[in-house]
Amino acid sequence: MSSSTIKSGGVRKRPTGVGAPSGWYMAPALGIFALFALVPLVVALWLSFTTWDAISSPVFVGGANWATVLADRGTWHALGLTLEVVALSWLVQTPISLLLGVFVAGTQKYRALLAAIYFLPLILSSAAIGLAFKAILDPNFGLGASVGVSWLKQNWLGSPSLILPVVVFIIAWQFVPLHTLLYQGGVRQIPASLYEAAQIDGASRVQQFFSITLPQLRYTLITSSTLMITGSLTYFDVVFVLTGGVPSSAINILPIDMYVTGFSAAQFGTASVLAIILAVIGLAISLVLTKFSGFNRMSSQQEGA
Amino acid sequence: MSTLSDARTTPATRPEPAKSRRIKGHKTRNFIGAFGGYVWLAVIILPIYYIVITSLRPQDGFYSSNQLVPPSAPTLSQYALVLQSDFFLYLANSAIVTVVSVAVTVAVSLGAAYAVVRSQTRFTKLGFSIFLVGLAVPLQATIIPLFYMMSKVGLYDSLMALILPSIGFAIPLTVLVLSNFLRDLPNELFESMRVDGASNWRILISLVTPLSRPALITVIIYDALTVWNGFLFPLVLTQSPDKRTLPLSLWTFQGQFSVNVPATLAAVVLSTLPIFALYLVGRRQLVAGITAGFGK
Repeated sequence: MSSSTIKSGGVRKRPTGVGAPSGWYMAPALGIFALFALVPLVVALWLSFTTWDAISSPVFVGGANWATVLADRGTWHALGLTLEVVALSWLVQTPISLLLGVFVAGTQKYRALLAAIYFLPLILSSAAIGLAFKAILDPNFGLGASVGVSWLKQNWLGSPSLILPVVVFIIAWQFVPLHTLLYQGGVRQIPASLYEAAQIDGASRVQQFFSITLPQLRYTLITSSTLMITGSLTYFDVVFVLTGGVPSSAINILPIDMYVTGFSAAQFGTASVLAIILAVIGLAISLVLTKFSGFNRMSSQQEGA
Repeated sequence: MSTLSDARTTPATRPEPAKSRRIKGHKTRNFIGAFGGYVWLAVIILPIYYIVITSLRPQDGFYSSNQLVPPSAPTLSQYALVLQSDFFLYLANSAIVTVVSVAVTVAVSLGAAYAVVRSQTRFTKLGFSIFLVGLAVPLQATIIPLFYMMSKVGLYDSLMALILPSIGFAIPLTVLVLSNFLRDLPNELFESMRVDGASNWRILISLVTPLSRPALITVIIYDALTVWNGFLFPLVLTQSPDKRTLPLSLWTFQGQFSVNVPATLAAVVLSTLPIFALYLVGRRQLVAGITAGFGK
């Protein structure tokens, strides 16, 4: 369609500013976004210095909540678990989605069909995925129990040592498709001439992968990693549904800890401290990562392919 | 040598539309890749297969059968059970929340993207930076203050309490994708409309909107998917059963039918069907859009 004219590339004149739309065109979006995404962070900061039980008014208590939370071993345990989930998710998902992305970008038959099926988990809600895996992994009535393989008949969700790998797997099941897509798109933008040159030089497929594909995918890698890390920092839905809303300490990641402290124990002040910690870590990680990504470049990302 | 000549015929300099671009000229078939690809295919399909066939099972005899084998007498009775339990009310709630959220998000984001791309003032540059940072604001971190704010203004337990923050959190990515797209529209188009005396508003309506159709479709599908599948906002910001959205109804369903696995999975399937239909219609745009939206 119009894509060939749009991607004409090259030099693009900057608008002169004369007759350009005023900043008011941005105001509604900025306003709504600030009110419902940024202001809450400020409110959370304020609530973190109060005690609030959702019934009476918040009472200012200074740094008491912070002292409590930071002295609590549970917080550090939750933080450690969260970082573990983030690290494991990245380590598991990145190689799989990178290789799948390269594979799906190739010319094999049924590529479109494969890509369509790979994509399916993304349209399922986390609640649906949580429920489905809860049924599948049930030690008594689940899939493992019925097919007669004893190794599969484990208490996947109840065992402290199994729940973390299980959660990392389910997260991968849900999100590898998205990252596969990103890598597929990245691979498609690598100029074919690079491969042709390598082919003439007699480079093997593996050599081509390491000396062309991988370096060319560096921005995709950063984009994907940013999304993956900030995303896995905040996994909530699947874990919450999977554990029936009463997560054990073995999977008490930070967002879960925050929810339980707030909405189950009605200690919203303390929970707000956890919310702030979560937000700070998330913002810090993604600020560092976006420094390296193409997100903050104002120019078109089509250039320099 | 046939592969080599094959590769030569591939135009290397002229970028073709993404659809038809392929890496040509590999001498060997990618067996390792193919093996891995099909293993992952199994990993994806097996749970989905299990969900669908189990939802068709009668409840009695469910535990005794081998669950990988399709039921000998498939039944829709579990679906009937789900449909009787206010399913359509939850469907309507989800639809209202999704449609309103996406419509407002896209409308305000298009204006913002237009301003970002066409007017490089300090205000719009600052705004764009705020959106970029905003991409990283964890939704979970705002849930307690949102609960507090919604209670304060009397919106708690209303669909509006779901719609407003859904819009807020969809805006940054929508603006980013749309401005990436608008940036590539030729300057001459804007200039010629300007010469004809068109106002910014006119340009937004008659030029920007129709030309951004591919990007608009992408963000509409992507935002709709996110809002439709949202779980935490409905869980925390609503309370009454008549305000439940579909994903939340799955959660409550689980409590209600905890022993009836086939019914639970029938609910899972039913809750996915509407978005699956949308996926079938818009898959190409969605896939192309996500890929392009995040750049290289």
